[in-house]
Amino acid sequence: MGSHGIRDKVAIVGMGCTPFGEHWDKSADDLLVDSAAAAAATAGTALDDIDAFWLGTMGSGVSGLTLSKPLRLADKPVTRLENMCATGSEALRNACYAVASGAYDSAMAIGVEKLKDSGFSGLAGSNPPNAGDDGKADTTAPANFSLLAPAYAQKYGVDPAELKDVLTRIAWKNHLNGAKNPRAQFRREVPKETIKNSPLIAGMLGIFDCSGVSDGSAAAIVVRAEDAHKYTDKPLYVKALSLVSGPADGLSRADYDFTTFPEVVASAQDAYQQAGITNPRVELALAEVHDCFTPTELVLMEDLGFAERGQGWKDVLSGTFDLDGELPVNPDGGLKAFGHPIGASGLRMMFEAWLQLRGEAPERRRLGTVGGGRSLALTHNLGGGPGECVSFVSVVGTQRSA
Amino acid sequence: MGGLVSYGAYIPYYRLERGRIAGVLGSGGGRGTRAVAGYDEDTTSMAVEAGRAALAGLTGHGAERGAPRQLFFATSVPAYADKTNATAVHAALRLSADALAVDMAGAVRSGVGALIAAAQSPVPAMAVLSDIRTGLPGSTDERDGGDGAAAFMFGGEGDTMPVLAEIVGQGSATAEFLDRWRTPGATSSRVWEERFGEQVYGPLADAAIADALKRAGLTPSQVGHLIVAGLHARAVSRTLRATGTPTEAAADNLVASIGNAGTAQAGILLADVLDRAGPDEIVLLVVLADGATALALRTTKALAAHRQPQPVAAQIAAGNSALEYATFLSWRGFLDREPPRRPDPEPVAAPPAQRRADWKFGLVASKCTQCGTRSLPPDRVCKRCHAVDEMAPEPLADVPATVTTYTVDRLAYTPSPPMLMVVIDFDGGGRMRCQLTDAAEDEVRAGLRVEMTFRRLITAAGVHNYFWKARPVRREG
Repeated sequence: MGSHGIRDKVAIVGMGCTPFGEHWDKSADDLLVDSAAAAAATAGTALDDIDAFWLGTMGSGVSGLTLSKPLRLADKPVTRLENMCATGSEALRNACYAVASGAYDSAMAIGVEKLKDSGFSGLAGSNPPNAGDDGKADTTAPANFSLLAPAYAQKYGVDPAELKDVLTRIAWKNHLNGAKNPRAQFRREVPKETIKNSPLIAGMLGIFDCSGVSDGSAAAIVVRAEDAHKYTDKPLYVKALSLVSGPADGLSRADYDFTTFPEVVASAQDAYQQAGITNPRVELALAEVHDCFTPTELVLMEDLGFAERGQGWKDVLSGTFDLDGELPVNPDGGLKAFGHPIGASGLRMMFEAWLQLRGEAPERRRLGTVGGGRSLALTHNLGGGPGECVSFVSVVGTQRSA
Repeated sequence: MGGLVSYGAYIPYYRLERGRIAGVLGSGGGRGTRAVAGYDEDTTSMAVEAGRAALAGLTGHGAERGAPRQLFFATSVPAYADKTNATAVHAALRLSADALAVDMAGAVRSGVGALIAAAQSPVPAMAVLSDIRTGLPGSTDERDGGDGAAAFMFGGEGDTMPVLAEIVGQGSATAEFLDRWRTPGATSSRVWEERFGEQVYGPLADAAIADALKRAGLTPSQVGHLIVAGLHARAVSRTLRATGTPTEAAADNLVASIGNAGTAQAGILLADVLDRAGPDEIVLLVVLADGATALALRTTKALAAHRQPQPVAAQIAAGNSALEYATFLSWRGFLDREPPRRPDPEPVAAPPAQRRADWKFGLVASKCTQCGTRSLPPDRVCKRCHAVDEMAPEPLADVPATVTTYTVDRLAYTPSPPMLMVVIDFDGGGRMRCQLTDAAEDEVRAGLRVEMTFRRLITAAGVHNYFWKARPVRREG
């Protein structure tokens, strides 16, 4: 028994990512063609030369046909999968394993979501037929995540008004980063006062504490590490892939206190062990984390080991996770500003790692950490909510260990 | 005929100040308040609350939870037609599968009919009377109506539970005439000219009362408590005056504080009298509805020790009259509010609801027989020790709990936004996430003591979703 990982066995050699936003003029098919073609172009390969495909989407299509039809793929293996908001990362994980196993020479992981055709606010999905008796269908995602804030404030003795400032600063930072990202849904800086005084949605969360609802797609091409340089001079080697699904008992056992995601802690430990990371805060050049709501990012800083327990809020206020901070978090604007087309988000995070570690990010958001010699990036993707979630952590890097 | 062995009334939390009606419409209204069922209540859910109160008072041999072998549910506003509503009450009260549960629905007169059917039952039987009364905005029915429920359990033949009151005489008079009527689906009732009904009811009431007293071997002067229930106010007043009972025997009709609960009114007023009556007193209950029925009861010494846990007077005192008239109108369906820009709620599916009926309707969780951990909803695998299929049923509806955390959801679909969501820990263990009801946004806090209440969460595609919510404990003392 054990999780051994596939450190440095496969590499990402091509990536594509569409702008995220309200694409009234594009279908899910269009978005898939855009990101797949862009990924193939960066890898210098044709789509027809890729051996297998993993398509992640929460609700924008079922079966492999959702991808093979718009790309007109002829008799290729295409798996369509879903793992809530971690769907895009799950596609990448499976594509990596398929190549590492030797089953295929190359594989594509691609995620897509077309949310803005529904006409509804938020991420609306449908549930299997049910008895309507577990409270789950009643509340919205912001309400579920809003439980983190008062619990954190109470446990660590943070005044709720000060915590509101902490959450505001997280949104402000991600909007500031998004303003430097031409692909982001929201490309304007937002004053802290606007964020802080935005209309309440749930608990202490205002509209600016919530991620953007958008359409988009992102894709990655994975090959064996030894073949990587056939495609690119600057491959990203996959150091760690971890996914855990929790027992979903946080809302039914009294010892869960809503200040942590145990699933994130478990997946981070597994990933760090696979990658050989002992101090992520100083070893990582950047982290792309699942900032679906501002308190999520705060709690993740501690669950991922970037901050000490109960100290994350101070690090947020002191700018540790800013673009020029000790460990930049969500330099692309995150779910907050880049937007959250569910199935695409995990691969969008990887796209920022791809740009930053290869030195291809637009100059105004390039990271000092990369220039300073750090070569590792982390992506963290989460599906569900406090007390019941799936969590994904990956680590990628530009250096292949000997 | 068996005696009364327990009773319970349920008055919903909200009150409408009648003056607020004139404040909006410019006329109408009046003084006092009326009881208002919450947006998440209907006649079925209120019947469950009254039934729970009645069952809570059962004692003695044979007083186990499933004691009632028959359940008669009376209302003029059934939540469903075709489908029996008493089955939901039966499930929520966790009565035996082999007990009869039937509706007596559609007319106000059904209330006294259910009472008599339960009283005459050879086996332990419960009658639950429940009603929601309103009418078009500005109407007398809206102003003077009231919402509530009451439940009465009779012991049947050969029961050994202490009898609180015996029915010693009964009389009825029936006549066909148009006093008050409503075609199915209509949102308000129509009534004939008032003096006509007064003239018809008079002799019917006199005949029923005379018959009941004669059978009981009583004279009007022996009546200690006279209750006259009915929606025809003038006929009720006339009967109170004409019966020849002592003046001080006339029971308060409670219309000033909670309004007239139609089908349930006789039950609520009887419960109120039983809350304070002494031993060996005669209660004469008269119901005027498409005829007249009179029941004479004699209280016993056992009554004092077996009254319902929350007296009617205490429930009236605990009411909240902050309700806006516009909110009242939207709750009763007379004012459509813009819903959130979210998908329509999904209806409950029949097979999962049937599979989980013990949990959904009875709030029966599970408890691991290996480690004692409670699971809500019931699990097959213990979340703590991971034992498989080692669970025992664990009823939690009557277990108090404490709010551990909460949020206010302004985006969620609810008939009365915002939704208050709480995470509660039950005394003795077990946690669940549910909605908080009968509470304002500024009342919810960590540490709040709550109790469970049976509610209608939402209606989607014509299917009512019944489940449990938490509400603040507001009991005196």
